[in-house]
Amino acid sequence: MKFFFELGRYLLFLRSMFFKPERLSVFVERTLHEMNNIGVGSLPIVAIISIFVGAVTTVQTAYQLISPFIPVKIIGTIVSDSSLLELAPTITCLVLAGKVGANIASEVGNMRVTEQIDALEVMGINSSGYLGLPKIIAGLIMIPCLIIFANFLLISGGILAAQLTGIMPPNEFIQGARDTFTFFTLSVSMTKAFVFALIITSVSTYEGYYADGGALEVGEAGTRAVTRSCIFILFFDFIIAKLMLNA
Amino acid sequence: MLELQNINKSFDDKQVLFDINAKFEPGVPNLIIGASGGGKSVLLKCMVGLMKPEKGNILYDGRDFVHLEYEQVKEIRREIGMLFQGTALFDSLTVAENVKFPLKMFSKMNDSEIKDRVNFCLERVQLGGAGEKYPAEISGGMKKRVGIARAIAMNIKYLFCDEPNSGLDPITSRVIDDLLLDITAEYGITTMIISHDMKTAFDIGDKILFLYEGKIRWQGSKNEIHSAGKEIKELGAFIASSQI
Ligand SMILES: Nc1ncnc2c1ncn2[C@@H]1O[C@H](COP(=O)(O)OP(=O)(O)OP(=O)(O)O)[C@@H](O)[C@H]1O
Ligand SMILES: [Mg+2]
Repeated sequence: MKFFFELGRYLLFLRSMFFKPERLSVFVERTLHEMNNIGVGSLPIVAIISIFVGAVTTVQTAYQLISPFIPVKIIGTIVSDSSLLELAPTITCLVLAGKVGANIASEVGNMRVTEQIDALEVMGINSSGYLGLPKIIAGLIMIPCLIIFANFLLISGGILAAQLTGIMPPNEFIQGARDTFTFFTLSVSMTKAFVFALIITSVSTYEGYYADGGALEVGEAGTRAVTRSCIFILFFDFIIAKLMLNA
Repeated sequence: MLELQNINKSFDDKQVLFDINAKFEPGVPNLIIGASGGGKSVLLKCMVGLMKPEKGNILYDGRDFVHLEYEQVKEIRREIGMLFQGTALFDSLTVAENVKFPLKMFSKMNDSEIKDRVNFCLERVQLGGAGEKYPAEISGGMKKRVGIARAIAMNIKYLFCDEPNSGLDPITSRVIDDLLLDITAEYGITTMIISHDMKTAFDIGDKILFLYEGKIRWQGSKNEIHSAGKEIKELGAFIASSQI
């Protein structure tokens, strides 16, 4: 019962955002501000994670595939494919759910419990649209960019690890990656990026918006935003994989 | 003029407001006095549309706020300013940006006119020099004054104040009262002030309304209180003594 109540309220919340913004210039300004927060602010953590995940995946794949019958460049194929299909979008977005999601939920939740959202409403501003829509649009623009960046660094991390540990030279890795690269795998990556971006930004805005009480509840809203975003990300990860790869 | 007709509000099974009827005139402060938990904040939230009463009408110069479309509600809200109990200043914006906010969203003024208006409003509440500070960097009394400046930035017709004196020392409290009084008279605003402070009531209340356990027990001017019955005076004394 509770689940359906929350789901219904979430969908109504999403719908309530799509009103004409009161002032377009303010809306654009807020969206740019959020793009900076979500995108630029997350670059370092995404970079660090991608490089290490790429390096570890390469070393572990090499460990599993050591055999004279298998050409080493296959490792490059496996790392780049799994990067595009799963590692870059999913791991990056799980991390962003923690960073961006908690940040959004506590910001909006704090505005709720200190009546700032009520203040917006009393002024005649559509508060869900004013607060939520710029975050969602910024997420839909910046998170896919971050995923492309993550893909790039993940494969670079793999190349670097392969080179440093003597598994294979870079050109062989790149050859392996190229062998199976298609725009279809890239499109799977980007589909996931858009869906996960929508989940992270909308779920965490929702959780903050309906925080009720005081500082304690704001903290709880932050935690709920992260756990629920992660669950939804993994669920839709499976759905997208099933629909796009297993027709 | 603001008129309340038969306002009823409950949460689940608990009724909080019972048949509230009242009229509030512009240019003079209207006070709602009541003991804690008596439904004052709920009544105010119904008046500004943050809560919806199950029954009753709220007429803003004849326009029934409760039963209008959202777009028309928004029109009326441009005429409303509100000073929240916790001030509800936007803490990511500076004091000046807070006052500028409604202008930036709604007014047709150009940038320099907006700047002048912001300065004017800040001067009006004696905060000319504090524009660049953030809400976290100023005192409680200053926050209340910024709240007033933000509320009057647009040319409002109705001003709602939820406990403007709470948490303030008597002198600062007096400053806020005087400010509200002056602004109300100066711009001919219909001002509603919630208070549990009988002193405020006698100092500035022109029309006073006693709300007790969700019902209006008495309403009239402060002069009428003196000639009112014994039980009203006792109720007033009780409300005054039941406060923190
Ligand atoms: N959102 C809500 N949900 C359920 N009950 C509520 C809600 N808001 C207020 N109430 C109840 O309504 C009653 C009146 O509350 P209200 O906040 O109006 O009191 P008040 O007169 O403003 O008191 P105070 O002087 O302490 O602020 C209380 O019993 C409160 O429990
Ligand atoms: Mg109250």
